[in-house]
Amino acid sequence: MNKVVALTGNEAAAEAMRQINPDVVAAYPITPQTELMHKFSDFVADAVVKTEMILVESEHSAMSACIGACAAGARVMTATSANGLAFMWEVVYIAASLRLPIVMTVVNRALSGPINIHCDHSDTMGCRDSGWIQLYGENPQEAYDNIIQAIRIAEHPDVRLPVMPTFDGFIISHTLERLEILSDEEVGKFIGAWKPVHPLLDIAHPVTYGPLDLQDYYFEHKKGQAEAMKRAKGVVLAVGKEYGALSGREYGFFEEYKTRDAEQIILCLGSASGTVKSVVDGLREKGRRTGVLKLRMFRPFPAEEILSAIGHAKSIAVLDRAEGFSGLGGPLFPEVRSALYGRSDAKVINYVYGLGGRDLSPEMILSVFDDLEEGRITDREAVHLGVRI
Amino acid sequence: MAREPGYKELPIGGLILEAGNAIRYKTGGWRTYRPQVDKDTCIECLQCWLLCPDCCIYAENEKMEGYDYDHCKGCAICAKICPAKCIRMILETDPRGMADERGRYHSKSKNSSSVIDSKR
Ligand code: SF4
Ligand code: SF4
Repeated sequence: MNKVVALTGNEAAAEAMRQINPDVVAAYPITPQTELMHKFSDFVADAVVKTEMILVESEHSAMSACIGACAAGARVMTATSANGLAFMWEVVYIAASLRLPIVMTVVNRALSGPINIHCDHSDTMGCRDSGWIQLYGENPQEAYDNIIQAIRIAEHPDVRLPVMPTFDGFIISHTLERLEILSDEEVGKFIGAWKPVHPLLDIAHPVTYGPLDLQDYYFEHKKGQAEAMKRAKGVVLAVGKEYGALSGREYGFFEEYKTRDAEQIILCLGSASGTVKSVVDGLREKGRRTGVLKLRMFRPFPAEEILSAIGHAKSIAVLDRAEGFSGLGGPLFPEVRSALYGRSDAKVINYVYGLGGRDLSPEMILSVFDDLEEGRITDREAVHLGVRI
Repeated sequence: MAREPGYKELPIGGLILEAGNAIRYKTGGWRTYRPQVDKDTCIECLQCWLLCPDCCIYAENEKMEGYDYDHCKGCAICAKICPAKCIRMILETDPRGMADERGRYHSKSKNSSSVIDSKR
């Protein structure tokens, strides 16, 4: 049974963690994630969860402790943002390559410098190649739902990879919204009992984690990891469907909003999609065939499915909330364009927007749809939407 | 040599599920200098056995009985720690001299006059 509550994104994430009741959480505070862990620490202090909370001296230590605990045989979660994620960099890769099903919520925030505490996706886009599954949430509801599903996806025997559910800092993390939550029993039943695989604490079956892996084996281990990432696609869909049957909210790789007959489509991630949808509604009333594809899963990248969902459009704008410094725009753009390359006639252009928390206004989105319809923008260069010149 | 396993046959995450299999990984080839022990001056304190990071010192009946050259990496910790200064490090390319296959020799024995005199 769904219960209707009003929570911020951070509170919704903490609530999901309370219901999951992980064995170990190791974390370090960083804005805008701080409130999430603050709330979860209350649950630990009040003994409403049985979690062993490890307070560490840095994010590098947080992820290291998570890796140790997960290898030892615990169900492990953490959360971070921006520079915290950057600081744990090397161990973020190690968590994935050791195939540890850790779930780490990332509350998206711009990477320094200049120092900025507000939302963009430079933090999680920076570790897109680290081997973590990435799920972007639009609002507190999706933040909550994604975290619960992340446990199932990460721990699935075909996957065994860490998962990073994300949502936009401040815009979602600190905004109170209506959402529906499941009962503790339903969540407990949905995620199921934790079954450690090759735990270090099983001293009857000694196992070595992290041995030297040279020219003769490293490549095979990377191949295994890449294959698991591909298999994750099927698992994400199956878990999303099962979650839909339980909650009434089914999840896939993306949300198709009025895209079926759309000629102009915007593809974006996270909270921006809500604003784009409302602009699309307005344009539809005027008879303009516009739509939005809200990408939920960025890793693994659902290239084939994106092609079938939007390949029919005349023109597509990819909105990146991160600058890639390639001279060609943001990180989402080249992947979308590759997915369509040679198999769609759509013209695909790139907009970088919202860096450092800059608002994305409905007027800006309208200007993007106008650009698309009038064919004003070339596909050779990204537009920095809303930057002063 | 047997075919190495393919990626589907390996445990995930580079894990090693079999305890103690490092013995099959021969690291002796990494060595530049080889330790040798003079059994005539050794006082059997077994400090070398205690401190060798690769467990390459044979100790039998509380006596130091030479080296496991398949795994000794030539780090010279044993030579450094030996209070009797009876361990020396010789270049791997030096001939073995009168030392046996475990690197033991007897400086005071007549037959050992030809033992290598490398200083290291
Ligand atoms: S440390 Fe030197 S004296 Fe002691 S047992 Fe080893 S070789 Fe002999
Ligand atoms: S040289 Fe190093 S590895 Fe070899 S026996 Fe001595 S201490 Fe052990």
